Amino acid sequence: MVITGIGTVTNIGPDAASTWESMREGRSGISQIESAEFDRYEYTWRVTIAGQVKGWDPCEQGGFDRRDVRRFDRCTMLGLSAAAQAVEDSGIDFSKEIPDRCGVIVGSGIGGIGTIEEMLKVLIERGPDRISPHTVPRLMVNATAGNVSIRYGLRGPSSAHATACASSGHAFGDAMNYLRKGEADVMVVGGCEAAVTPLCIGAFSTMRALSARNDEPERASRPFDKGRDGFVLAEGAGFFVIETLEHAKARGAKIYGELMGYGNSSDAAHITAPDEQGRGAISSMNKAMADGGVNLADIDYINAHGTSTAIGDEAEVAAVLSVFGDHARKSADGKLLMSSTKSMHGHALGASGAVEMLACINAVRMGVIPPTINLDDPDDGFDIDLVAHEARERPVRYAMNNTFGFGGHNVTLIVGRYTD
Amino acid sequence: MTESEIEAKVIDIVCKQMGADGAEVSRNTRFDEDLKADSLDQVELMMDFEDAFNTSISDEDAEQIKTVGNAVEFISKNNGSSG
Repeated sequence: MVITGIGTVTNIGPDAASTWESMREGRSGISQIESAEFDRYEYTWRVTIAGQVKGWDPCEQGGFDRRDVRRFDRCTMLGLSAAAQAVEDSGIDFSKEIPDRCGVIVGSGIGGIGTIEEMLKVLIERGPDRISPHTVPRLMVNATAGNVSIRYGLRGPSSAHATACASSGHAFGDAMNYLRKGEADVMVVGGCEAAVTPLCIGAFSTMRALSARNDEPERASRPFDKGRDGFVLAEGAGFFVIETLEHAKARGAKIYGELMGYGNSSDAAHITAPDEQGRGAISSMNKAMADGGVNLADIDYINAHGTSTAIGDEAEVAAVLSVFGDHARKSADGKLLMSSTKSMHGHALGASGAVEMLACINAVRMGVIPPTINLDDPDDGFDIDLVAHEARERPVRYAMNNTFGFGGHNVTLIVGRYTD
Repeated sequence: MTESEIEAKVIDIVCKQMGADGAEVSRNTRFDEDLKADSLDQVELMMDFEDAFNTSISDEDAEQIKTVGNAVEFISKNNGSSG
């Protein structure tokens, strides 16, 4: 299974090339929230910062028309835009494919929450008869998967995963399994999220999950740093075209990398807190390596879930040290590098695994490992080279992509360098 | 409000909602065949007409409003005032 098309829309770039450029350069996309939805409330917000995709208007930059804007939530528009980039990048012409052998799987943690909030306001202020008839197809978490299948005429497997921050990890795993089982030749897979809304900022804030470093937005997301105080909520989307190697070769596609392994597990412990010993994470990493037949010593890079919460980062580091031992231990001259690109683009919840897949693919393709910015003072016992501040050049055979979600869902994906 | 004023306003609403070009929308324009409005779009159009003309369109009436011209006639007949 190989990756042949990439598309992203993030707060550090409107497409995959610019997002990667920002990752390499260590640029932050975190800023003060600018939103009419927030302005209408005369409250003081504990958290005023997020990773909004600014300067991206659905009509101006996204190519949507006014009719689309009434029919799609922002989450779906970000997703469709990233999917269009990936499809174009892959060079595939779906009209020449067998429709039943092409599918789409999309992850989103929350879906069209902006629509829910907007229409609830309409209900309260104007009554039930003024609620838009497009409300349900906008808000449903599978809206993007359905719309991608419609746009490209994909009649094979399609589904949506909503496993919080692990959503696009599961989307990838599911899509990989359809290819492996021989049920599809090509899958469009990705994740999208647009949850920088008053309700979500307020709710994650009262959970004390968010960083309140409001006066230094670019320094707020600081995974693994002693001064971390929570994650920064972000929006964005990442989409990919993946296909069987045979199919990619037959159509002469350029190949970015190989999808090796997929592991998933559950903490079965607490609905939001990770297992302190990282047992679920240990299991998903081990399963992914077993699935792909990859030795742990050949994993050169981990794109960590690394959200910048106190307990989440600690549990992940514990899990990685437990799985990889001296290969991960900086003090033992271990060769493994791990970084969290969330330090730059924040946490796009269900889209995070897909956005971070870009970092993993380019790490194996180009031998460049994007940094963990803001890592001024690594926490005690975090005995791993966490690629502080600046990107590192080093050949990467296999990269691991960790995503862990509320609900105790853990997904690990492994991508490898492709050589003819 | 004269009928031509109503027509101009209906066309404006239709264009805004359906992303259509005003020059291509006339009284004969059909919501479904010409503008590809699905059933949800058509419900929303009726809601927008109700809001803009401060009128009420029952489901039975809406069934009969298939073109821009149908909408203009209905609104004129029902004394739609400018909302």
